[in-house]
Amino acid sequence: MNNPVISGAGYILVHVPNIMMEAGTTQLLEKDNAKSDYYQKAFEHIRDFESALAYAPNQVYIGNITPDELNNVERPWYENLLKDPKRFGPFGEILPEDEFFGLMASSDSFDLVVLEEGFSKEIKDKLSNHPLMTEEELGRIKTGAKIQTIEELVYEHDAIPLRYNNQIVGCVKKAHDRDENLNAHTMLENTATKASAYLALKHMIKNAQIAAQDIDYIIECSEEACGDMNQRGGGNFAKAIGELANCSNATGADIRGFCAAPAHAIVNAAALVSAGIFKKVAVVAGGAVAKLGMNGRDHVHKGLPLLEDMLGGFALLIGENDGKNPVIRTETIGRHTIGTGSSPQAVIQSIVYDPLDKLGYKAEDIDKFAPELQNPEITESAGAGNVPEANYKMIAALAVRRGEIERADMTSFVEEHGMPGFAPTQGHIPSGVPYVGFARDAILQGKMKKVMIIGKGSLFLGRMTNQFDGISFIMEKNPGITQKAAKPAEDVSKYLAEAFREFADYLKTRGESDGSQ
Amino acid sequence: MFEGKKVIIVGDRDGVPGPAIEKCLQTTGAEVVFSTTECFV
Repeated sequence: MNNPVISGAGYILVHVPNIMMEAGTTQLLEKDNAKSDYYQKAFEHIRDFESALAYAPNQVYIGNITPDELNNVERPWYENLLKDPKRFGPFGEILPEDEFFGLMASSDSFDLVVLEEGFSKEIKDKLSNHPLMTEEELGRIKTGAKIQTIEELVYEHDAIPLRYNNQIVGCVKKAHDRDENLNAHTMLENTATKASAYLALKHMIKNAQIAAQDIDYIIECSEEACGDMNQRGGGNFAKAIGELANCSNATGADIRGFCAAPAHAIVNAAALVSAGIFKKVAVVAGGAVAKLGMNGRDHVHKGLPLLEDMLGGFALLIGENDGKNPVIRTETIGRHTIGTGSSPQAVIQSIVYDPLDKLGYKAEDIDKFAPELQNPEITESAGAGNVPEANYKMIAALAVRRGEIERADMTSFVEEHGMPGFAPTQGHIPSGVPYVGFARDAILQGKMKKVMIIGKGSLFLGRMTNQFDGISFIMEKNPGITQKAAKPAEDVSKYLAEAFREFADYLKTRGESDGSQ
Repeated sequence: MFEGKKVIIVGDRDGVPGPAIEKCLQTTGAEVVFSTTECFV
């Protein structure tokens, strides 16, 4: 089997407190709720960029510290900020909101993002210092409009304001008068997804040391729907993102599957590469505006900062076996089938243990499991518990039931084979994929041999089915062997004939030496 | 203990989902009037 490999990774976060307050679902619902003072109180809980930058889980996401090292940072992490945080890391960066508005303007294909002229110039200058921004990309940021024009668009034409430092610095316009799929809110969501995915893709291209034109195919796997009233969710984010990043030789398409979509996308990318259809496939996703501040009510109620102020993005490169990068064991893909059922045991058996059984592996053979990696500080305060820990306990419990570990060893199993959650609650973003970059590095450095990436999805939220979903794959150290070309049939016959002759000679010799016939 | 009782189920995607709880209650004589699974992430 000639397995595909994971040969590059890029991870980015964008700090967007103003977009959170303007367009996050919870804030939109609470804004006009006369019975709640959440929206007014929420402004007091907004954190600044420096605090978001120094927040340890965010530094993990871009690769400046490892998930295991996060265990050494005392909680609450929002009170124990890191002393020397970096904007850039080995995987990507944490982008401030003003620069993101510039990136959105540079990503806009239909003149829907309008920046105020002074802000536009200021941000263009700022972005000119960005190590990955090209002249062409900067040139896409237009001169901008007068503030009166922007205010008119906001107050009279349903545009969504872009605010910074308590001022309107731009807006996102609607793309149609009556189509809600193209209204200003949807265009803001989709442009933010596109722009954040584009930034992640640029970092991945740099990290993988390839040219954008080397990519053959792009699979986008976020949770947004791009389309109009006749084909809501028609797509295609993939090509829109690839176009921005100058991937001129690539085509692509979108895969949807709630939070499990990235794992599905990686499996699909692996299949395309294994089949020889494409050589280099990028799997990308941008952030979810809707989920910003999702658990804000609880955070404000309990006196926490609004920690869900980050958009997430990632990009991974799946390529042909190079004998070096970690392989994806395509022979064994964990899957929650339609018939699996929803009991936790059945789910973990199908996603985790069935693929292990197929290779004769035990749970302890896997160095790290990467299931849902949501930051527990965000979920615990909202009453949803520690999601990664719950997953690890279930994996450990089943290992006990299968007789692979002792009950007394469950805690140490979770510590050794698990990790703390560090990803923002951005739906598809935390679902196993944030660890792929770390796993690749650890396997390349010889620190690990096998890692399982697990994606899970809540399909029932779409009200089409009560089904749950999950899919997993194993990343493994590259054995350095690539598939040899098959011998022609006559060669095989020749080798077989030679082998039989040698065996006959051996039998004859043995018979002569011991006197038997 | 559930005989003749009406039950509302709120399951958790990363804990025990609604349909699994529903199945557990099938033989108890309880009437499940509402069952859902929530996702908090």
